[in-house]
Amino acid sequence: MRKSEEPLIINGKRLDGRKPNEIREIEMRVGVVSSANGSAYVRFGNTIVVASVYGPRILHPRHLQDLEKAVVNCRYTMVPFSVEDRARPGPDRRSIEISKVMRLALEPAIFVEDFPRTVIDIYVDVLQADGSTRVTSINAASLALADAGIPMRDLVVGLSGGKVDGILVLDLIGKEDNNCDADVPMAFMPNKNKITLLQMDGELTKDEVKKIIKMVMDAGKKVYEKQKEALLAKYKEVI
Amino acid sequence: MFTNYVLELIKEEKRVDNRALDELRPIKVEVGLIKKAEGSARVKLGDTEVMVGVKLDVGEPFPDTPDQGILITSAELSPVASPDFEPGPPGEDAIELARVVDRSIRESKAIELEKLCIEEGEKVWMVFVDIQVVNHRGNLIDASTLGAVAALLNAKIPKYEDGKIIRDEFKGKLPVVHQPVSVTVAKIGDKLFIDPYIDEEKVAEAMLTIGVREDNVICAMQKRGSTPLTFEEIEKALDIAIKKSKELRKHLK
Repeated sequence: MRKSEEPLIINGKRLDGRKPNEIREIEMRVGVVSSANGSAYVRFGNTIVVASVYGPRILHPRHLQDLEKAVVNCRYTMVPFSVEDRARPGPDRRSIEISKVMRLALEPAIFVEDFPRTVIDIYVDVLQADGSTRVTSINAASLALADAGIPMRDLVVGLSGGKVDGILVLDLIGKEDNNCDADVPMAFMPNKNKITLLQMDGELTKDEVKKIIKMVMDAGKKVYEKQKEALLAKYKEVI
Repeated sequence: MFTNYVLELIKEEKRVDNRALDELRPIKVEVGLIKKAEGSARVKLGDTEVMVGVKLDVGEPFPDTPDQGILITSAELSPVASPDFEPGPPGEDAIELARVVDRSIRESKAIELEKLCIEEGEKVWMVFVDIQVVNHRGNLIDASTLGAVAALLNAKIPKYEDGKIIRDEFKGKLPVVHQPVSVTVAKIGDKLFIDPYIDEEKVAEAMLTIGVREDNVICAMQKRGSTPLTFEEIEKALDIAIKKSKELRKHLK
């Protein structure tokens, strides 16, 4: 796993000066893409994503329709200039998997059963990647769904945890992601306390896993507050 | 229908967003937002938004230009940007967009490609210009050309030592010596207008995109749409393009 021997945490401070349990500066805005039914721009430090949502709209061709519920279609893309070595356009195996887990992270929050025969399209472009891109994308998608006015049980909050230099941390940056002992991307519905995405790679004890999950769900409340602020900000002028 | 409304307005020399026929939407250009790219720019042309990233890599030169760097321009019409864009490999519109932007940059000789040679016949810098459309509300080509040139002007060449690129140290600026911009003139009936909004683009009979360098040299042209243009219309379009190119270029630093 580890690619470099340089320390990532020095005197309790991480490379970007954060404490282990501190999350990066967060920026969230909704309604940024006027072509879309709902959209959001989310930045966690240097990780920048933009998400658009279309629908619910009639799904074509018809044989793909579900008579019971809306089909959720999610696509995560890293744009060519988002990473150090230019990424070739088009989906690779990694982005196909991320698209799938994102869909499964978001779908439980949507009242899909109210929109049979339709599709809800969620598109996310990662404009700059510096770690934790899938959870940043989930935050953007959650906001874009809400901005589109799609009925939801709860917002979905994404946040990553992990273990770096033997210390449990939150919200990993790219360098930590590449050299960590473990990383744990998570998504959950904060008001329901239900986890909708949990992935892990690396090495952790059972206790560490439990601790990280608790840390993420606790700090995730701050992310949830940011989501609410972003949604309210859009309507502030109107009210 | 809304399209009829757009058409009727144009006949009276009016537009859906109250602009004059020769009026650009408000423009905002920000550079250097993407730290992972060697150069970047975000352009907002009214609602239309594009993000352009410039990445540099080392590769083999083309056999017919062994002592010159390589320019590769691509465009992604991301489904984020419009309900009409589908995921998948670039279609004809994305390819046309990239090629027209590429033409303005290449033919204006904006980049001194001969300065991007590292080892003749072996190694040269490859300049990737990637255009990512974030919101499609019309006139993507002009927004993208502006963004591409702004990103190129903002781009730096990384250090290259012992066959390795050192991404966080720089040798100097990318040698960009010209500032081409493109102006798209659209036609409906006998009216010509610039910076077509998305609804206008859908009903425009023809569009002519003209690339103009800072010395008023025309460096690229592309006629789009199915209706032919007369010589007089092209003449007028050229005048408009040269005049308006100056306004666009003010946003390049």
